[in-house]
Amino acid sequence: MSAETPLNRAPIMERFGEAIEDLGFMHGVHAFVAPPDIIVELCRFLKEHPALQFNFLSDICGVDHYPEASRYEVVYHLYSLPNKWRIRIKCRLGDPPRVPSVTGVWRTANWHEREAWDMYGIRFEGHPDLRRIYMWEGFEGFPQRKDFPLRGYKDELNPFGAEGPRPTQPDLATRDIPTGGRATPET
Amino acid sequence: MTEVTELSRPEGEAPDTKEVLLNLGPQHPSTHGVLRLVLELDGEYVARVDPHIGYLHRGTEKLAESFTYTQIFPLTDRLDYVCPPSNNLAFALAVEKLLGIEAPIRAQYIRVLMAELARISGHLLITGALPMDLGAMTALLYAMREREMIMDLLEMVTGARMHTSFCRVGGVREDLPDGFLPKIREFCDIFPNRIRDYERLLEDNRVFLKRTQGIGVIAAEDAIDLGLSGPNLRASGVDWDIRRDEPYEIYDRLDFNVITRKEGDCYARWQCRVEEMRESLRIIEQCLDQMPEGAFQIDMPTIAFPVDKDRVHCSMEALIQHFDLSAYGFKVPKGEVYSAIEAPKGELGFYIISDGSPKPFRMKVRAPSFVNLQGLFGVTNARYLADMIAVLGSLDPVMAEVDK
Repeated sequence: MSAETPLNRAPIMERFGEAIEDLGFMHGVHAFVAPPDIIVELCRFLKEHPALQFNFLSDICGVDHYPEASRYEVVYHLYSLPNKWRIRIKCRLGDPPRVPSVTGVWRTANWHEREAWDMYGIRFEGHPDLRRIYMWEGFEGFPQRKDFPLRGYKDELNPFGAEGPRPTQPDLATRDIPTGGRATPET
Repeated sequence: MTEVTELSRPEGEAPDTKEVLLNLGPQHPSTHGVLRLVLELDGEYVARVDPHIGYLHRGTEKLAESFTYTQIFPLTDRLDYVCPPSNNLAFALAVEKLLGIEAPIRAQYIRVLMAELARISGHLLITGALPMDLGAMTALLYAMREREMIMDLLEMVTGARMHTSFCRVGGVREDLPDGFLPKIREFCDIFPNRIRDYERLLEDNRVFLKRTQGIGVIAAEDAIDLGLSGPNLRASGVDWDIRRDEPYEIYDRLDFNVITRKEGDCYARWQCRVEEMRESLRIIEQCLDQMPEGAFQIDMPTIAFPVDKDRVHCSMEALIQHFDLSAYGFKVPKGEVYSAIEAPKGELGFYIISDGSPKPFRMKVRAPSFVNLQGLFGVTNARYLADMIAVLGSLDPVMAEVDK
């Protein structure tokens, strides 16, 4: 299925050739693997380089490869409106997962990153407002992790949930989410 | 610092007011579902907006990891429930790309036909609901009348009005029924005049114009930066439509225009949708004219259900095939795919990671409404609380899709 890539790879490989791995072109998307420490620099480069112009961030997606060692992954899908290219950047993370936020490059990253934090507990450093987005404040755990039971844990609200102790990850407890100092009304 | 819209009060007004926090929703008719907006009000002026979502969160992505690929179709129905055939199509395309197969041509035409019907249905709802939010009830009632015709058509084909689940990997569930073609031709004849009716109702309606024109302007750069897509992006002057720019199915055989507006205000977004209904109708007519005879499902017993359901009762092979596909599903080769279509709300993408089993390892939905709702942060000149309602309505979020 691998076809000839339409993407102009030369500027990317010239600048980041040693740091990133080229996974090739598949199903209309050219994929790269990048380490987390260069992700902001890489994204800004892709967005601002005149020959690339990946100005549209389609999606940021968290992945849990439990039980592999470097378990978490963040996947970025970018689109270049002028060139009509798609690119995927995959970024493997350790545990606890931390990655710099790209909200400074695209504002749309804000909610995507909040979702990945909410569902996988991936902490995006430098995010202006890293709160839960779907689950309520005070919810414990990250429901889309592979070791989180499908029906949740059993408690007074959820009689169908799984028994057993919840995994404790004190450094990632929900309570220390930076709230960004936002006031929410009492009622 | 939170990302919120900072809006200054008009000059010359006395600053002798106190800021109040107001909860708009989660139960409020103009939030189109269960959206809660925490508004910081300075008198009647909105100083900040902080949307709280997740009231409808059903964990579609987590659920999908425990379902076979065929079982996921009903889940996709429930994303943008106003136009399910589009969601089915997006998911089917993603899986087909992973499998390296393509649906037969007739199936592709049927899918596009259904997706465009769904687009009209979705746009009808919002072109009627936006004026209703602003106090003009009439348009919605007329729009609902035509939407009912589409519902009848969908019911005729799929047996369901709302949750159609009509696509299958490698085709569609059934062929078009007898009597469908005259019905849809009748709709195609009636509908252009009806669109003209909505326009006549609202184009010269001073209240509607005052409430939407120049209100909620989103500049093109902001719209791209915030990831808006679909009519919301095109209303800001960005000429991008996945149907034309990355044609999927048979869109490259069809002739249609991509509607753009320059203004980027609520009225432009409304106009874009009205115009897109006309284009969708043209697409439907072309589909009807071009649709070939042939199979509606791919001829691969490992993937597609037996075409003739009666055979399941009298043929051992068909029974095994049916049982196997129902109980275990089919294996999808290891790999990953991101496949996006132009859904009525914008770029609807499915990112699927397969580990070679009959269930996806990870399925991510790039829901257009989820991203479009962030358009609230790009609005530069919605000052009044009442303008927020217009902006929200014109962004057309479907909360089931926002919350996944």
